[in-house]
Amino acid sequence: MENHTIKSIQEGIKRGDFSAHEIFDHYAIKIGRENKRLNAYLSTLVFQASVSGSQSQLAGVPCAIKDNILIDGTIATAGSKILENYISAYDASVITKLRNAGVQFLGKTNMDEFAMGTSTENSAFGPTKNPHNLERVTGGSSGGSAAAVAADLCVFALGSDTGGSVRQPASFCGVVGLKPTYGRVSRHGLIAMASSLDQIGPITKNVYDSALVLNSICGNDKFDSTTAPENAPDFTKNLDQDAAGLKIGVPREFFRKGLSLEVEDKIKATISRLEQMGCSIEEISLPNFEYALAAYYIIVPSEVSANLARFDGIRYGYSSEKSKILEDVYSESRSFGFGAEAKRRIMLGTYALSSGYYDAYYLKAQKVRALIKKDFDNAFRQVDAIVGPTAPSVAFKIGEKISDPLSLYLEDIYTVPINLAGLPAISIPCGNGAESNMPVGFQIIGNSFNEETVLRVAHQLEASFR
Amino acid sequence: MLTDQEIKHVARLARIKITEKEEERFRKELSSILDYINKLNEINTEGVEPLYQTTGLVNSMRPDEYSGNFSSGDGSASGWEMDEDLNKKLIGQSPDKEKGFIRVRSVLGK
Repeated sequence: MENHTIKSIQEGIKRGDFSAHEIFDHYAIKIGRENKRLNAYLSTLVFQASVSGSQSQLAGVPCAIKDNILIDGTIATAGSKILENYISAYDASVITKLRNAGVQFLGKTNMDEFAMGTSTENSAFGPTKNPHNLERVTGGSSGGSAAAVAADLCVFALGSDTGGSVRQPASFCGVVGLKPTYGRVSRHGLIAMASSLDQIGPITKNVYDSALVLNSICGNDKFDSTTAPENAPDFTKNLDQDAAGLKIGVPREFFRKGLSLEVEDKIKATISRLEQMGCSIEEISLPNFEYALAAYYIIVPSEVSANLARFDGIRYGYSSEKSKILEDVYSESRSFGFGAEAKRRIMLGTYALSSGYYDAYYLKAQKVRALIKKDFDNAFRQVDAIVGPTAPSVAFKIGEKISDPLSLYLEDIYTVPINLAGLPAISIPCGNGAESNMPVGFQIIGNSFNEETVLRVAHQLEASFR
Repeated sequence: MLTDQEIKHVARLARIKITEKEEERFRKELSSILDYINKLNEINTEGVEPLYQTTGLVNSMRPDEYSGNFSSGDGSASGWEMDEDLNKKLIGQSPDKEKGFIRVRSVLGK
């Protein structure tokens, strides 16, 4: 038994090759054997006999869940010491949906603390190692989920993507990562990082599985009022339609200083492949691309400083026992409980929102965000999808960039603009870099609520690589 | 470059106690991030309306009616009617509690 997809699990169960319980145990044993080496899982769970959902295509499929998504009665750390012993009091909406579909949860995966990071090195529980090369990072923040899928320690996983946290680790680990449109999937029960950007997405072994999982987790939810009221289509329906005739935009701003040569080579070769498939390739421009990352690093810390204010050492989470008065409980619990990157972002956001700086930073950034959205709106009047790299480089070495926060921020340069504009995008593997022999991710970006085109182009490209 | 005073002030506003060593480190790191961010000043945003979120939804409303059932999605999970069990689940997370209530330390110093 190796490298199962959702389809192969379905078929295996149907044929009687294994039961849902047996395949769960197969993975549980594998995790027990291999997780020490990778540190992909922070905790493991047991088989739920009561879950059935036998009509669903996901019935009996074992998956992994990023540790910032709540599963009732189990620990959710969000990669932070401050939540080391926190027990979820309810199921996130995506968990309810997967449970109803008969999915089994193998465990919770490692991540950068509160999803702040691009390498999973900001986890309070140590970095996850890249299954393709143990000296290298998995990317982040959903590094544990991406590594678990890449190493076949689960069939699929959920991650969360605020500025690239599903797509970039998928790129580094050679798997498929989808960030749906903002509003497509409920975040109820996702530990909030930056609420105007956070979105839950699947990490899978192929594009078909990505569409299947999205089918299962999407939809309006009364507990997340940002979820779109519209019904979602069946995302698997158009996958087989060939891509010929589609207009594909390539922003000239993507080929810039900082893009590594081996990544550029693979991206250009993949674009030629699309051309051979009958797509028309058009050079486009996103004039404000250059400013997206700067706007993002005002908006995110600002929202972080508000969202993480709830960690007060009073209601849940780590609490400093030595503090004598209330205010010291706050500041000492937060001082001990938060890691360096969380502190950095909280302080940066507090500064940006503080009296006298609001207009210069926060308001300015939201105006720039409007310009970036407008750039994409203009582009999608000309083209059906936009393509380019997911990340400027392949997975770097563990420890290589950790001392320079800004260099880690630059990892997200190709993914952040998509979150600012609320668009759907996918990263699929497009081969290994010539120099490093590490996976390179190809990003396909769609217009708002048009995951169908994104998935279709991705599926067609994937088929061409086989 | 941020001043020592500014870093102290921000840490105090954020309720994070930092050591002198951290103060110096964050002063340098935050200053270099702010330098990068200042490139936003190169763009003219005169007359541009800020974009706070991208859904296009305005005031997502629902009837203000009591619903004992807090389950989401497909409505399958059991209700969230506040009872002793749920109280234990929620209040039980607090490090300092008594008879179903959370206890806090004194607000004013002694």
